[in-house]
Amino acid sequence: MARRSPQPDGPPPPPTVQKIRIRYAKRGRLRFTSHRDVARVFERAVRRASLPVAFSAGFSPHPRISWMGAAPTGVASEAEYVEIGLTEVLDAGDVGRRLDGALPPDLDVLEAVEAGSGALADRLEASVWRLALPGVGDVTAAVGAFLAADELPVIRRTKDGERTLDARAAVLVLRPAGTEVTVTGSPCAILEAVVRHTTPVVRPDDVLTALRAVAALELDAPMVATRLAQGPLLWGEDDAAGGVADPLEADRTDQVAGRGVGVATGSA
Amino acid sequence: MAGQSVYAALEPLLPRVTKPIQYVGGELNAQTKPWDCGGDDTVRWALLYPDAYEVGLPNQGLQILYEVLNEDPRTLAERTYSVWPDLEALMREAGVPQFTVDGHRPVGDFDLLGVSFATELGYTNLLSALDLAAIPLHSADRTEAHPIVVAGGHAAFNPEPVADFIDAAALGDGEQAVKTITEVVRAHRHLGREATLTALAKTPGVYVPSRYDVEYLPDGRIRRVVPNREGVPWRVAKNTVTDLDEWPYPKQPLVPLAETVHERMSVEIFRGCTRGCRFCQAGMITRPVRERSLQTVGKMVADGLAKTGFSEVGLLSLSSADHSEIDQIATQLADRYEESKTSLSLPSTRVDAFNVTLANELSRSGRRSGLTFAPEGGSERLRRVINKQVSEEDLIRTTTTAYGAGWQQVKLYFMCGLPTETDEDVLGIAAMAKEVIRQGREAAGRPVRVTVSIGGFVPKPHTPFQWAAQADPDVIDARLAMLRQSVGRDKAIGFRYHDGKPGQVEGLLARGDRRVGAVIEAVWRDGGRFDGWSEHFSYDRWMTQAAAVGIDVAWYTTRERGETEVLPWDHLDAGLDKDWLWADWQDALAAAEGGGDGVEDCRWTPCFDCGVCPGLDLEIEQGPTGRQLLPLSPV
Ligand code: SF4
Repeated sequence: MARRSPQPDGPPPPPTVQKIRIRYAKRGRLRFTSHRDVARVFERAVRRASLPVAFSAGFSPHPRISWMGAAPTGVASEAEYVEIGLTEVLDAGDVGRRLDGALPPDLDVLEAVEAGSGALADRLEASVWRLALPGVGDVTAAVGAFLAADELPVIRRTKDGERTLDARAAVLVLRPAGTEVTVTGSPCAILEAVVRHTTPVVRPDDVLTALRAVAALELDAPMVATRLAQGPLLWGEDDAAGGVADPLEADRTDQVAGRGVGVATGSA
Repeated sequence: MAGQSVYAALEPLLPRVTKPIQYVGGELNAQTKPWDCGGDDTVRWALLYPDAYEVGLPNQGLQILYEVLNEDPRTLAERTYSVWPDLEALMREAGVPQFTVDGHRPVGDFDLLGVSFATELGYTNLLSALDLAAIPLHSADRTEAHPIVVAGGHAAFNPEPVADFIDAAALGDGEQAVKTITEVVRAHRHLGREATLTALAKTPGVYVPSRYDVEYLPDGRIRRVVPNREGVPWRVAKNTVTDLDEWPYPKQPLVPLAETVHERMSVEIFRGCTRGCRFCQAGMITRPVRERSLQTVGKMVADGLAKTGFSEVGLLSLSSADHSEIDQIATQLADRYEESKTSLSLPSTRVDAFNVTLANELSRSGRRSGLTFAPEGGSERLRRVINKQVSEEDLIRTTTTAYGAGWQQVKLYFMCGLPTETDEDVLGIAAMAKEVIRQGREAAGRPVRVTVSIGGFVPKPHTPFQWAAQADPDVIDARLAMLRQSVGRDKAIGFRYHDGKPGQVEGLLARGDRRVGAVIEAVWRDGGRFDGWSEHFSYDRWMTQAAAVGIDVAWYTTRERGETEVLPWDHLDAGLDKDWLWADWQDALAAAEGGGDGVEDCRWTPCFDCGVCPGLDLEIEQGPTGRQLLPLSPV
């Protein structure tokens, strides 16, 4: 605020010498965490695990934890990504294990690798979603109608009013993936979708809204959506999108080739 | 089967409510024990904080009891909080009962339901929780199948307005009391509910309203309160934990997934306060002062941080700068955590330079945002009435020191509607704020800001002001409007206040008797919920329903009581001698005219015989011990 000098006295905080990229899952009850909740939980877990996390300079230093397109509140995920800056070089696997031990159950670290070259966010081109529709039996017709449409505008309420977005174009794949039975005994259709990350991003809710606009779907409980994967788009033989590749593959390759982004390039 | 999780039924409702995370539990350090952890002897407590999760989760009292109870292998304790109206509606539709956030077990399945009342405005939320749990609202209608409902917390020192809805109240410190109650229940429950309640009524520190009859005089005042069973005491004395070092709880504070009002860990450094501010119920009912030692504080801070990962620690008490070794605590903790990203804070509103020094010390590693001081009254005369002995000079010197030391923002806390208050007293606040700014600017050589925050005064039981007439809400509103005008458009002065209406309802509930319960129930049936939240509170609803059940709100609030009147809480003993309280009230009135004796803090001056210590057979426990924090490797 009105403080005279912009920087506190004393030496600047130690620089980031290593970045660790982490894939984690948000499961079970913890799907109800918001992005802010997850961020707070991570910051505390990092402290509890005594990881040498780097901090920004200034009067209210923030730990260097970078988030990438977090799954919305209420949505589960097997593929969330975060990047943590450290002030010491550590074994990535070890960092992952320590962090996982300090995180609550159902927020689970699945993989940790040292960052290679290139921004991870750029590789997260699309997501594979699993959508469970309780009370819905057959979805073939609805899927057909969805795919036949050129454009499916949906209205989303945001803090600053309403905005319309097209829920069709971003959906590269939509297919029925079987039927399950819910706890109450009703059928539960499963859909799989590959959705390209656009701006604004098309969320599972938008896909459902669009589906219900083209077909009568009676859900007897709210949809449960799970992100199964995200990463660079994979294209099939006939140039049709097939799915996504592992976004950490490049980092692993860099490690093998000794091209880690470490002390040398720095980043602070 | 009892104790089964209702989560599967709750889960589909959650995507449809705001902030669903507050209902799923999963806090770090939470415990979910097996329902039969102690075999047939298992005693199970559901602990209710009758407010939203974001307010209730950080509550220290509840966290302490939760841990103390769960440490016993034959006892199980889970937590439950008020659900917001959006979820309440869905739960009723789907038939989901009030649940605990630990095991998502139905609250109605537990043996005991403990409810902690920090304020009277939680009463309607108790009724919501009971009803959602399918527990009859009235104690008289409950059977063997229902939990025993036990109230605690500060408001339990006059539980008469909720006497019909609770089965018992625990007075005073809860650590030992919950264990005692647990054992009484374990030993008596095979004899049935009635026998258990009578056994509780004979347990020190436990008040069972149904074991007392209230007789009234023709004019509506109370004639007397009489025990209606053999062996039930005429007066119930509060529980007091004498050595806080023996109770270093919470040892593993809960860390929520959801955002709450306090994003920090708290360590209570002492309990009680003997400054003797006459309006202050917290200070009066928690006497005497019991300090936690430097070593225990240091260990609790270190252990708690390791177990939680919090980045801020609050050193709690009613007036933290008053700890006899606060100097050492502050300096040594600041030394220990200077290099880490841990910040320390200390809630103290004491108006003196030492308080500023302490704050400087604690903020060594962090940033300096704001400091709060509480002169409480706008004129020296009024401050003598309330026994807050601060001169205007003291205040200006203190704020000027703070601004000079680099603090940007100072907050001043006052009350409006104090006994004998006049318009001039309130206008004095504006003059004071302007002077604070003028001298502060001079000392700091830059613009400074002050925020004036004003709360309406509510007379509380067990204080010298328990006899006082509460100011009419219109009088409070008029004075605040006048003050607002007098502050004018000065951008350096922020002005925060609440209107007088919620205070009047709080006053009705604080000094009410058993007849007031009918208003609470009528308001709740009419939809009253979350009365502590301005967006839910409805003054009109309270007034309409009070009139409908024949309760004269003014009689309970703006009426001054006489010396011989039997007060609804006279049979509950907070340790204070009623004659001493009356004499102190008379001193307050004399001070208004320029006379009267002030009361000095008995920690540093001779005992003034308030009655607490002889009744408890103890001495004031405090340092200095001359010891140091246990050496720990620097963080
Ligand atoms: S200093 Fe005064 S207001 Fe504060 S707790 Fe003590 S008695 Fe109460």
